[in-house]
Amino acid sequence: MAKKGIIVVNKSNVKQELIADYVKSCPFKAIVAKDGAVDVDQSACKICRICAKKYADVFTFQEIEEEKINKDEWVGITVFIEHDGKKIHPVSLELIGKSKELAKVTGHPVYALLFSDDEKKFTDTLLSYGVDKVYSYEHKLLDHFNVEYYVELMADFVSKVKPSTILYGGTSIGRSFAPRVAARLKTGLTADCTILDMKKNTDLVQNRPAFGGNIMAGIICENTRPQMATVRYKIFKMPEKVKPFGVVEKMSCKDIKFKTNMKLVEVKEKPKQIDISEADTIVCIGKPFKTKEQIQMAQEFADLLGAQLACTRPIVEAGAMPAIRQIGLSGRTVSPKLLICLGISGAVQFTAGMKGSEVVFAINNDENAAIFDFVHYGLVGDVFTILPELIKNLKGEKDV
Amino acid sequence: MKIIVCIKQVPASTEVEIDPITGNLIRDGRNAKMNPYDLYAIETALRIKEFNGAHVATISMGPPSALAVLNESLWMGCDDATIMTDRKFGGADVVATSYTLAEGIKLIGSADLIICGKQTTDGDTAQVGPEIAENLKIPHLSYVDKIIEIKEKSIVVQVDMDSTEEVWEIDYPCLITVNKGIFTPRLPSYKRGKLFKDYEIRQIHFSDMKDQNEAHYGLKGSPTQVERMFPPIKNTDKEIWEDTDKNLALKLSKKLKEMKVV
Repeated sequence: MAKKGIIVVNKSNVKQELIADYVKSCPFKAIVAKDGAVDVDQSACKICRICAKKYADVFTFQEIEEEKINKDEWVGITVFIEHDGKKIHPVSLELIGKSKELAKVTGHPVYALLFSDDEKKFTDTLLSYGVDKVYSYEHKLLDHFNVEYYVELMADFVSKVKPSTILYGGTSIGRSFAPRVAARLKTGLTADCTILDMKKNTDLVQNRPAFGGNIMAGIICENTRPQMATVRYKIFKMPEKVKPFGVVEKMSCKDIKFKTNMKLVEVKEKPKQIDISEADTIVCIGKPFKTKEQIQMAQEFADLLGAQLACTRPIVEAGAMPAIRQIGLSGRTVSPKLLICLGISGAVQFTAGMKGSEVVFAINNDENAAIFDFVHYGLVGDVFTILPELIKNLKGEKDV
Repeated sequence: MKIIVCIKQVPASTEVEIDPITGNLIRDGRNAKMNPYDLYAIETALRIKEFNGAHVATISMGPPSALAVLNESLWMGCDDATIMTDRKFGGADVVATSYTLAEGIKLIGSADLIICGKQTTDGDTAQVGPEIAENLKIPHLSYVDKIIEIKEKSIVVQVDMDSTEEVWEIDYPCLITVNKGIFTPRLPSYKRGKLFKDYEIRQIHFSDMKDQNEAHYGLKGSPTQVERMFPPIKNTDKEIWEDTDKNLALKLSKKLKEMKVV
């Protein structure tokens, strides 16, 4: 049970000879020793409670009492529907599919929340994915995303419908809009969740990679509603269409303040870029690839397979490849038929973006590398020896 | 014109592992550094300063050690720096952090433009910027990748959306978060650092805050809680091949051929 609280020090039980051990036990360097006294730096403490487990007599978890909300008053899982004025973004449909799974636990209805200048363009599609209700705000000013309008609309929706959960696509729009809603409603928002679970008491468990490293955190929002999360495109599967049974409820825009201090001047199409998230075969390189020659070799291998070449974050940070070719939480999510990982260690940051791949190969010389937990075929060996051999072999095969 | 840049000190290494035997967190946190994305925010502010003589101040919430990144910002060319530090601010999630920073920005006063980095490398949420804007009731744009025109009452910027680039004109006061690569950040100057030898970074504590309700700050003001931490779910259905590199290459090329990839 996660209760809100802080770690407090029971000063009378502090043993001088153990002070160095206390300090060492904290992975976040939150335990500080000064002049023979021990203290917890609350700004560094992550309440992981390791100290409280190890030295229970000295460190105790002290709960903070809070007013409890009535969760029964908050009903429904809402998906914020993102669109470009013509088409619904597929991430919104993926989230409808996930919401229907989550709703089975609590028996809550699933809602689609639509802001548009013409609802008819979208409502049939939404109903065909099996939402119980589409809440639709229609206004001529809603032909394009404006964060100031959207926050007003969302605040209106929440005050009238009181949904338990709101999910947003982790897109440029979702990641700009959802935080403002969180600040307006003073409620929790977890970014880039990769696993969502629902508890019987309607708490949404929002799991995401944490601290940028090899660890997942399950986050809950125990005492505020609505609870909110963003999820990147392609993390969840596209649901099947069903025979529509839901209804559309028109929401009034009469009381909405359409006031804004920002003006859209121009929308420019980006030059057509390759999109690795659509590729069937991907070769992905990791940190050991440093020189032009090494990357060129990986490119040659990718070309032989008709694959797209992708990379991990360190390669982009080193400036060796463009960000649009990065797989991972801060890059693209991919789900190819075949993914070959070369010299990739397998940090959560990366694996969060490739878990949907059908068949995964990895070459790494460290048999304990985390990447081997996510593969179907793991090759323990030196990538820079194997790769030239491999290219030679594959070229040979082609000649035959 | 007055610009405030929000910056954060982050661990230099964010490697966290779970000890397979004890199940404890192992964290390599030897050093701290400025959040790399914030360097682009500072650089953007300094370019605007070069253009129109704007006053650039930085603000950071964190433990006293965060003074290091504020000093770095002064050495880079910022004019002023403020640290918000108090035990009561500790344990804050995004909602509490952005509220505290917004209140701090109000105390500093009269900012025309607030600039944040796209996200931090330790939290990776990209939420604090937009939430500060909401708390200040000012408009914001995330993912700005180009400053097009700096006008007297507004700024024209280009925003990197998923499949398009949008150009927006946004009135002051406003907040923008900037992408990596908007400008190349300069290095801190030792010569400039000497100018700040006797400069004292302003400190804001809980007692200085206008809103004295403790429930709005730190852990108490944070709606989210970490319930548990766990290693990622593993794939157990796998083959591990161990052989000489040459044989591994042979085996893999055969397999790829079998799968009809080549």
